[in-house]
Amino acid sequence: MPTSTAAPTDLKSLTKHLRHDIIRMIEAAGNGHPGGSLSIIDILAVLYWKFLKHDPKQPAWEGRDRFILSKGHACPALYAVMAHRGYFPTADLLNLRKLGSPLQGHPDRLRMPGIEFSTGSLGQGLSVGVGMALAAKADKKDCKTVVVLGDGEMQEGQCWEAFMSAPKFKLDNLIAIVDHNNGQIDGPVTEVMNIEPLTDKLKTFNWEVQAVDGHDLDAVEKALAKAWAAKDGRPQAIVAKTVKGKGVSFMEHNIAWHGNAPKKEDADKACMEIKNGR
Amino acid sequence: MAAKATRESFGETILELAATNENLVVLDADLSKSTMTQPFMKKYPARHFEMGIAEQNMIGVAAGLALSGKIPVLTSFACFLIGRVESIRVSAAYNQTNMKLVGTHAGIGIGEDGTSQMGLEDVAAMRALPGMTVLQPADHAETQQAVRWMIEHKGPVYIRLTRQKMPDVHGPDYKWQPNKIDVVYEPAKKPAKYQATIIASGGPVPHAVEAAKLLEAKGFAVRVANASTLLPFDGDTVARIAKDSQRIVAVEDHNVHGGLGSAVCEAIAERGISCPVVRIGLRSFGESATPEELYEKYGLTAPSIAEACLKNPA
Repeated sequence: MPTSTAAPTDLKSLTKHLRHDIIRMIEAAGNGHPGGSLSIIDILAVLYWKFLKHDPKQPAWEGRDRFILSKGHACPALYAVMAHRGYFPTADLLNLRKLGSPLQGHPDRLRMPGIEFSTGSLGQGLSVGVGMALAAKADKKDCKTVVVLGDGEMQEGQCWEAFMSAPKFKLDNLIAIVDHNNGQIDGPVTEVMNIEPLTDKLKTFNWEVQAVDGHDLDAVEKALAKAWAAKDGRPQAIVAKTVKGKGVSFMEHNIAWHGNAPKKEDADKACMEIKNGR
Repeated sequence: MAAKATRESFGETILELAATNENLVVLDADLSKSTMTQPFMKKYPARHFEMGIAEQNMIGVAAGLALSGKIPVLTSFACFLIGRVESIRVSAAYNQTNMKLVGTHAGIGIGEDGTSQMGLEDVAAMRALPGMTVLQPADHAETQQAVRWMIEHKGPVYIRLTRQKMPDVHGPDYKWQPNKIDVVYEPAKKPAKYQATIIASGGPVPHAVEAAKLLEAKGFAVRVANASTLLPFDGDTVARIAKDSQRIVAVEDHNVHGGLGSAVCEAIAERGISCPVVRIGLRSFGESATPEELYEKYGLTAPSIAEACLKNPA
């Protein structure tokens, strides 16, 4: 039986554990992407504890909802969520990026049950989500497909091909969440290659679009609830305003932490901040 | 039977298989009239997805369908599919999704449309992808059986098909086998050592058979083998061929780098067998002209192939 709908007593304190684990696993790996992981963790927590039908004991359960992390480099967030959800022991998180570990540097579905699609090459996840949602419609299955994309990722042309295709097939069972933290390796998204006005663009692509604070757990929950209830044939987009490195003051808005691992001292400092955080 | 383009044989076979396999779905990128999926589209509209001129998305959508239990068959011209090789690398090969990539309009055999529409490097790109299977049938019977196998087979497959009509090179009792190189022509008198063995694939196969017949009339014993699976490659058969041939002539309507000719060289070099290999194929882009003119100009017709059987490469 899926255990997904059981809500934890306190999602807020849970996200502190998840943030802590993200920092510790990247510290142990010696490299990885803390910034983007911290920016999506609140969204993933709400999804995995309050919305997605899934069964950690049977990752291939037919009736599950599908989740694709198209911005695969943020997989420490996904691994933390999966471990706490019972897919594997939390102790295994420290094997991130180690030889033979299922916790690959980017998600690998053939090495880790519960990963729906191996990502890391930006731009492909939403297309795959369209395929999954299309199959669910064709088979009249009541399941959702959720894809989390990065805002920098939106510069990939394939994303726009995918956004263009979903309304044609009336995929109201497809939810695309854009992690809008305005940070990418070479600088702010607005400067590297501006994607604004993003919500307007998605609306003109015939998606239903909601803008939300991606760190406000209640607001994220409300937006997802609305997207989940869609029945009018319109695919659902949520543009989540987020902060890269959220929860660790010296990582917030600092692109240097896009793909750098904290050393012990910084990791200790980060974990202390997370513990004492708002 | 009458000559038939392998793309036509594919279209007929898919239609036939769809009747008993309800998981079979077809995706197109605005070329269904050319890739021969229109009959499927008309008969099974709910299982046909027109994706528009957006091949990358088509590949990703196929991956999602495959991961949900469908058997997506996606078609376009070989060159346009392979233009999205990174999407194929991740969404098909790395994820081991059960999608069937159908690249039609292989090689200079398409003729007048010219280089931008010719698949000339697709085999090279697909052969480098782990877990991919690469097929190139040469006639109707072979295409039918290869397509049936492809749909049954679990895993990503790339199949390369011709625009031009292909005469039968196999007899009526032909049983196609995957991953095997089969002999399609033996001279009447089997020699201790062949003057040459021609290994061909796809469009040039009938021309290779004609070349062997031309040479037989002149007293040279030349055998023709057909490589219909290019990955995995039947290197053991190539090795046996190398042992009783004065030379191997590899013929393909594709760039010689990374295609059949390369596969032949790799197979014998890795086994430490010494045998000269003449590679016939493209070493440049193509151009516009009739298919016949182009086959002649680029050395894929019987006289050129026959000439290559008589001397080692310079």
